[in-house]
Amino acid sequence: MLQITCPWCGEREGIEFHCHGEAHIARPENSAEMSDAEWGDYVFFRKNPKGVHYERWTHDAGCRRWFNAIRHTVSDEFIAVYKPGEAIPELPEKYRDPASNRTGAPQSKETK
Amino acid sequence: MAQKNRLPDGGRIDRTKPVRFQFNGKRYDGFSGDTLAAALLANGVSLVGRSFKYHRPRGIMTAGSEEPNALVQLGTGARTEPNIRATQAELFDGLSADSQNCWPSVGFDIGAINSVMSKYLPAGFYYKTFMWPASLWMTYEHVIRNAAGLGKGPTESDPDRYAQHHTACDVLIVGGGPSGLAAALAAGRSGARTILVDEQSEFGGWLLTDDTEIDGMAPTDWVANTVKELAGLDNVTLLPRTTVSAYFDHNFLTAAQRVTDHLGPQENTKTPRQRFWKIRAKQVVLAQGSLERPIVFADNDRPGVMLAGALRTYINRYGVLPGREIVVFTNNDSAYRTAIDAKNAGAVVHLVDLRPDPDNPVVHQARQAGIQIHEGSAVVGIKGAKSIHGVEIAPLSEDGKSLAGPTFVVSASLVAMSSGWNPSVHLFSQSRGKLRFDDALTTFVPDHTPQKTRSAGACNGTFTLAGCLAEGMEAGAAAAKDAGFDSAIAGPSHVVKEDAPGSMRQVWTVPTVHPLGKGTRKHFLDHQNDVTAADVHLAAREGYLSVEHLKRYTTTGMGTDQGKTSNVNALAIMSEIRSASIPEVGTTTFRPPYTPTTYGAMAGQGVQELFEQYRGTAMHDWHVNNGAVFEDVGDWKRARYYPKPGEDMDEAVRRECKQARETVGIMDASTLGKIDIQGPDAAKLLNMVYTNAWSALKPGRARYGLMLNEHGMVFDDGVTTCIGENHYHMTTTTGGAARVLNWLEEWLQTEWPDMEVYCTSVTEEWAVATLSGPKAREVMEAVAPKMALDPQTFPFMAMQEGEVAGLPARVFRISFTGDLSYEINVPARYGMALWEALMEAGRPHGIVPYGTETMHVLRAEKGFIIVGQDSDGTVTPYDLDMDWIVSKKKDDFLGKRSLTRTDTARPGRKQLVGLLTEDPNFVLPEGAHLVKEVKPKPPMDTIGHVTSSYFSPNAGRSIALALVKDGLNLKGSSFQVPLMSGHVETVTITDTIFFDKEGERARG
Amino acid sequence: MANITALARSPLHGRMPFQGSQTQIAERPFIGKLTLRGNAEDTGFAAGVGSILGVSLPTEPNTVTETGVCQISWVGPDEWLIYTADGAQKPLQERLKTALEGIHSAVVDVSDYYTIIRISGTRARDVLAKGCPLDLHPRVFRPGRCAGSLFLKAAIRIIQIDDTPIYDLQVRWTFAEYLFQHLVRGAEEWN
Repeated sequence: MLQITCPWCGEREGIEFHCHGEAHIARPENSAEMSDAEWGDYVFFRKNPKGVHYERWTHDAGCRRWFNAIRHTVSDEFIAVYKPGEAIPELPEKYRDPASNRTGAPQSKETK
Repeated sequence: MAQKNRLPDGGRIDRTKPVRFQFNGKRYDGFSGDTLAAALLANGVSLVGRSFKYHRPRGIMTAGSEEPNALVQLGTGARTEPNIRATQAELFDGLSADSQNCWPSVGFDIGAINSVMSKYLPAGFYYKTFMWPASLWMTYEHVIRNAAGLGKGPTESDPDRYAQHHTACDVLIVGGGPSGLAAALAAGRSGARTILVDEQSEFGGWLLTDDTEIDGMAPTDWVANTVKELAGLDNVTLLPRTTVSAYFDHNFLTAAQRVTDHLGPQENTKTPRQRFWKIRAKQVVLAQGSLERPIVFADNDRPGVMLAGALRTYINRYGVLPGREIVVFTNNDSAYRTAIDAKNAGAVVHLVDLRPDPDNPVVHQARQAGIQIHEGSAVVGIKGAKSIHGVEIAPLSEDGKSLAGPTFVVSASLVAMSSGWNPSVHLFSQSRGKLRFDDALTTFVPDHTPQKTRSAGACNGTFTLAGCLAEGMEAGAAAAKDAGFDSAIAGPSHVVKEDAPGSMRQVWTVPTVHPLGKGTRKHFLDHQNDVTAADVHLAAREGYLSVEHLKRYTTTGMGTDQGKTSNVNALAIMSEIRSASIPEVGTTTFRPPYTPTTYGAMAGQGVQELFEQYRGTAMHDWHVNNGAVFEDVGDWKRARYYPKPGEDMDEAVRRECKQARETVGIMDASTLGKIDIQGPDAAKLLNMVYTNAWSALKPGRARYGLMLNEHGMVFDDGVTTCIGENHYHMTTTTGGAARVLNWLEEWLQTEWPDMEVYCTSVTEEWAVATLSGPKAREVMEAVAPKMALDPQTFPFMAMQEGEVAGLPARVFRISFTGDLSYEINVPARYGMALWEALMEAGRPHGIVPYGTETMHVLRAEKGFIIVGQDSDGTVTPYDLDMDWIVSKKKDDFLGKRSLTRTDTARPGRKQLVGLLTEDPNFVLPEGAHLVKEVKPKPPMDTIGHVTSSYFSPNAGRSIALALVKDGLNLKGSSFQVPLMSGHVETVTITDTIFFDKEGERARG
Repeated sequence: MANITALARSPLHGRMPFQGSQTQIAERPFIGKLTLRGNAEDTGFAAGVGSILGVSLPTEPNTVTETGVCQISWVGPDEWLIYTADGAQKPLQERLKTALEGIHSAVVDVSDYYTIIRISGTRARDVLAKGCPLDLHPRVFRPGRCAGSLFLKAAIRIIQIDDTPIYDLQVRWTFAEYLFQHLVRGAEEWN
């Protein structure tokens, strides 16, 4: 019952979309040198935060594009949507966790 | 029969339109505009049902959707519907309703023994009594469910149509009383797309009951004028008889509209009976009004005890005076209006006021009207069970905990009660809104919500008419403004003469002549679920103190009415027991639907043959006309086999299998997923998504590939063909088509955006007929004279474009049967023409159409896997004994690294092997387990399971594939397969190829 | 190739159009359809396509450009659908391919992958509302607009032709029957 803004098509009903879990997990390029534990971390482990979450979505019934969204997992608010490759938007002040980095954006992992 | 309680005039019923109806088999008369409840009361019927647990006689308590008691079974046959609130059901000619929860009749009900036994049936009785022994629960449950239950579901399928309706709007207003109408005026006048929804048959809400003038007009005239103006606005949609049942995320609300229910059963109509609205609103105004609270006093469930506001509605809106001698029992001013209206309608009225010194203008009016007022007193008991003969009254102590004097009895047949009003915060709460307890109103009011919604009027705790109108106007204007209609303004304020609401005195449990729970008089809280004040005390004694525990232990608020009349009383009583404030006890979260909603409305028109899409190929009609039996493969309907007259499935499949290997078979393979892949990096993409190498594939050549996910597990397979330079035609499994395209797009769009490849689904662009068998080439020669078909020019795993039967075609020499095969692709529009031409050309060669079942047998004879049947998401290529397809040279492909993970690479994993049964005619059931040792009963240690199993006519025996632990090292070993029937079959592990082990036939 | 057009069958072959007083529903079979993929910001691609179509591709999401010969609708940021007369799609595909030689692009014939169902009449919008979550209100969705969405379980692309209103619904071959039956069922309410 969500309403989601596709970066291309605008506001659409949630039934046109699918969620694909955590965003910004880059596929390792040196997998041959990785330990089982390191590779397992890439394949199996995902964040499941209560609060701000960076996710991948597709607008399946519409333009069939993948995009990223920042969603609050408690309120289901979509804080921002952005296209693959675009810079991660800064979090509005009220969502920032003072204990973490300044904008609350995912660290170290490349945008994908 | 005369309507003995109908007033000679007044009300909004149409007295020129008499309506006949039946209740419990007896005929009655009413008028158009009545509800069933109003008409029953007009006819003096006060006993309408029996309660859920104790089967106590019950009457009509309210005049709206909050009704807990008067639930009836409406209609008969396929259209019968249980749990219809008589207070909402509009009367139509021929309406037929029956009481629920009683047998053999509502007047003499065997189940009423529960009432006598009630001492032994406290809250939690069922939990405590029927727990042991656990094995008997099934028996208990059967008996309990027969005795309980609310009404009966229809046993025939629903003959009516239903529809869904998606809509969007700027401002959605829920509730068409004074606040909602005022909000609609402000929003509507601004030009905003406005929807006004009300659950009743006409707009107006409380204004249809009350007589307070607005701008010098009768309230009903103001309503008529307002509705007329709104109806004239193109941007306003009016939805009466529509209940907003749920408030979901992002201002998405659903509403059930009763389109024809008020007209009765509609034969031969295509109009939906109900319409289910799915509304996305930019802004919402909640104006649902409020619900009156019952007083928790002894015997307060007797038929004839109703809410004071409801009585006033029956008098003023329906012209019904349900009793000539009435006691009005109140703790506030609003019930005085009821008393005055009842008196004016001709009743003898006693007012019993919990307050010791009520002193407001309305009190003086009542006195002047000749109504006797018993101040500081309470109703402490009722004379009569199925109807009321008298009412016991006593003065109350200062603390309200005990009686302060002797009881006396007044003659009465009706009690109208009011303990104040609860704002309808249900939808607000569903919107994730938080509630706040208002001490002055002694009830919960809306506080804040994350959604774009406003509450206005009584549902916001505003109980003056002027306040409701003003708040509605402001909310409507502000909502429209926030939706982008800057010109929106709250219109001129309305002139209303009314008294300020007076004080209240809360006595949450009114004492009686014996201590609570110690005598015969019961204080009901939740009338529908038969929960009493004593049950709350019991729950507290047993430690169920939190509101969530209280609710589940006593079942208060868990009926179909969701405790609309009971929740606040239950919380208040618990708060008294705990000496805590009501907000400390908490409140439960309201959940959808607001009132019961029919499944039919939710399902809409997507039922029966329109429930699921029915994907048929371009040749589907041929299969139908030639007697095919179909099977569902995903959404597809695929021909499974083509029985000849008198043949069963086994016989048909054996015939098809033999003939396809001996002459030639033809199968519709159109359902295979097909993806057009092109671009300079196309081969690079294939190298990444398949385990084998693709760089060397030349135009016109095809290759089989296996796809892994990043876990290293097989998730699809298929043949991909190089069509031209940087251009490929990929095929996928029938069920995997969408998944594979999404998989490719995921990597291209997110991980490899620089890769220059475009993928386009072309599944339905091509209709595909597969010819397979020794005579396939001869058929091809007949239909494709211009094609070079000799094996040198057109070898196995090659593709050529040309003409087949005069049609433009791509022909692939690939095989899923292990026989000489041609997969002929033509544009779908020519699929039928192709098929018919091939059948015609094949006739001299003994062509046989075969379905998916034969395809399964033929491929299993060759040990070809079906992904998803012989693999299950935990299977690697090595587990399938397909090491040959995993490139050792490629640096990377999806899933590669996972193949060397400790667990994936360990020996002894489940591996795909063949099985031969000891009895060659015994076909193992798929899913059967292999064990080393058979025990008398499960569990037994399993070493694997059967994934595919058939009788193979070409091998002359049964064959099977199985995933078996360390299976590749166990060839030649025998194991046991114990079956449900008790039979134990011995099987021997073999390789997976049962026919043409050299594989020469496909290459021929 | 012999004249084979008589052999062609569309997915709704043999289906009677629905001719109600307030809604009309009929298949428009055999429209030529090409999927065009490419980077609109690549000047070579834009020029190549422009030289063949005579117009620039619509780059505003969910809009349609008409040329008199073709109807070009935006599908995604690098994807368009071109409708043309039946028989014209193959020559057009070849001309586009030639003009786009050496430029990363794709032109795929999808004429039979989809069919088109046209729905028109005063109740067309209400019929669509029974299964499609798009807001088709004239303030929001107008002639010249298109969108991909759903009708219940069928994926559709919708193009508004005029404000009668007339809508063309593009649907995959195998979902055409499901969609057509649902539209007719929905339209029967008012006829």
